[in-house]
Amino acid sequence: MSLPVILFWILAVISILSAIGVVMAKNPVHSVLLLIVTFFTIAGLYILLNAQFLAVVHIIVYAGAIMVLFLFVIMLMNLNASGEPQKNNLVKFAGVISGGILLIVLVAVLKQANTGMLAEGSDHIGLIQNLGQALFKDFVLPFEVSSILFLSAMIGAIVIGKRE
Amino acid sequence: MFLEISAFLVIEKLILVAAILGISLFIAMYSTYAERKLAAFIQDRRGPNRAGIFGILQPLADGGKLFFKEEIIPEYANKFLFILGPALFMITACMTSAVVPWGSTLHIAGRDISLQVADVNIGILYVFGVVSLGVYGIMIGGWASNNKYSLLGTIRAASQIISYELAMGLSLIALLMITGSLSLKDIVEQQSHGVWYIVYQPIGFLIFLVCAFAECNRTPFDLAECDSELVMGFHTEYSSMKLGFYLFAEYINMFISSAVMVTLYFGGYNFPGMHSLHVSPNMLTILGVIAFFIKIFIFLFFFIWVRWTVPRFRYDQLMKLGWKMLIPLAILNLLITGALMLYPHH
Repeated sequence: MSLPVILFWILAVISILSAIGVVMAKNPVHSVLLLIVTFFTIAGLYILLNAQFLAVVHIIVYAGAIMVLFLFVIMLMNLNASGEPQKNNLVKFAGVISGGILLIVLVAVLKQANTGMLAEGSDHIGLIQNLGQALFKDFVLPFEVSSILFLSAMIGAIVIGKRE
Repeated sequence: MFLEISAFLVIEKLILVAAILGISLFIAMYSTYAERKLAAFIQDRRGPNRAGIFGILQPLADGGKLFFKEEIIPEYANKFLFILGPALFMITACMTSAVVPWGSTLHIAGRDISLQVADVNIGILYVFGVVSLGVYGIMIGGWASNNKYSLLGTIRAASQIISYELAMGLSLIALLMITGSLSLKDIVEQQSHGVWYIVYQPIGFLIFLVCAFAECNRTPFDLAECDSELVMGFHTEYSSMKLGFYLFAEYINMFISSAVMVTLYFGGYNFPGMHSLHVSPNMLTILGVIAFFIKIFIFLFFFIWVRWTVPRFRYDQLMKLGWKMLIPLAILNLLITGALMLYPHH
């Protein structure tokens, strides 16, 4: 096995184990920390695809900002294992069914998806220059629309915050 | 992408990593001494003068003392996270040095040795990413302590670092519009034949400097530890070398952020008149490294000078400065930079 393949397997195994840990952990703070580990392994996979820009932005945005806010909220609410409300069986049953249905949908979609292999020699697609060209030339309308979506979310947050 | 990795390259990089780590730890160690001596000078005292001549062995004595102190882990603390906190803080402090170009290339035994551990094409974003992770060391340690003062310090640290990251990122974008490259090596090389970027980006540099103070938790932004209100803030419960790590990592952060500022705005290892000197390339590289470190020391002096001159902000003033002044100023700087870059084409 070549080095990238070995690295891929190491990252993939850690990624899946920590993702399972996120769901299984009793303490919410442990869940958040495991989720950060998952993000790091995914960033590692991006680097294996030679998409350094995506990898580092993934870390800055998710691990550096969003998860800090998650941790922040959990710490402020002082959630811990003993304080976790006991859910009754009906809720658990509903959770299992809806989760299972989501799994079926995902599997069905992935089966039909056209997972084309990356052509040989096109491994520079993740570099910042190519990514910028793609975003601002080919996909400029969806890109701008999504940035307006973010702006409206920000304004919405400020409006809700100002109400008090 | 995984090109041939020769044994020479691995050895070369390992030596470089060890040297850079050693030098940053050594400089951080003597920054503590410089801090105490300068504080003493500013307050008209003598400062440490018992250990060795002029107290020059004081950092070793401090380190020895911290190592031999009793190790206390609070009973209700989360033990694993309590230990993980300072370790993470120290690791993230040391990680940034990997992409800083410490000098040009050396020619030894027919090989070109670059004095930079990794010239990644997203160097500046890597620095930014590692800085944004630095807050985890504080958050995890402060929360795991199970102490209300620690938690308050933690919350302050987290909101402060997130707030100032935004202005820092915006001031960087203005610089990147001029450089057109995210690689720190490219940015330094561009300044080799032209003027330093401080000339093009004076406002951007000021914003970056203020944010660097905030990210390093230095006075006037040390609200996270704020002794007069929160005992010692996030590291109230820490003792022995775990406390030492928290205190020491602050000095490494200062050193590295000085290095990054010099790289981005003050020409890195370039110095005036370097192209008219008639010395061998190796000599020029060594002179460049010396120039780089002199610039860093000037910044370190500035960090210490500010600490003993400017009083601490109030928390609401800190947030106001970050959100209502620095971010709009950074956006304005961005617009002006863009306009000035477009203007010559029309």
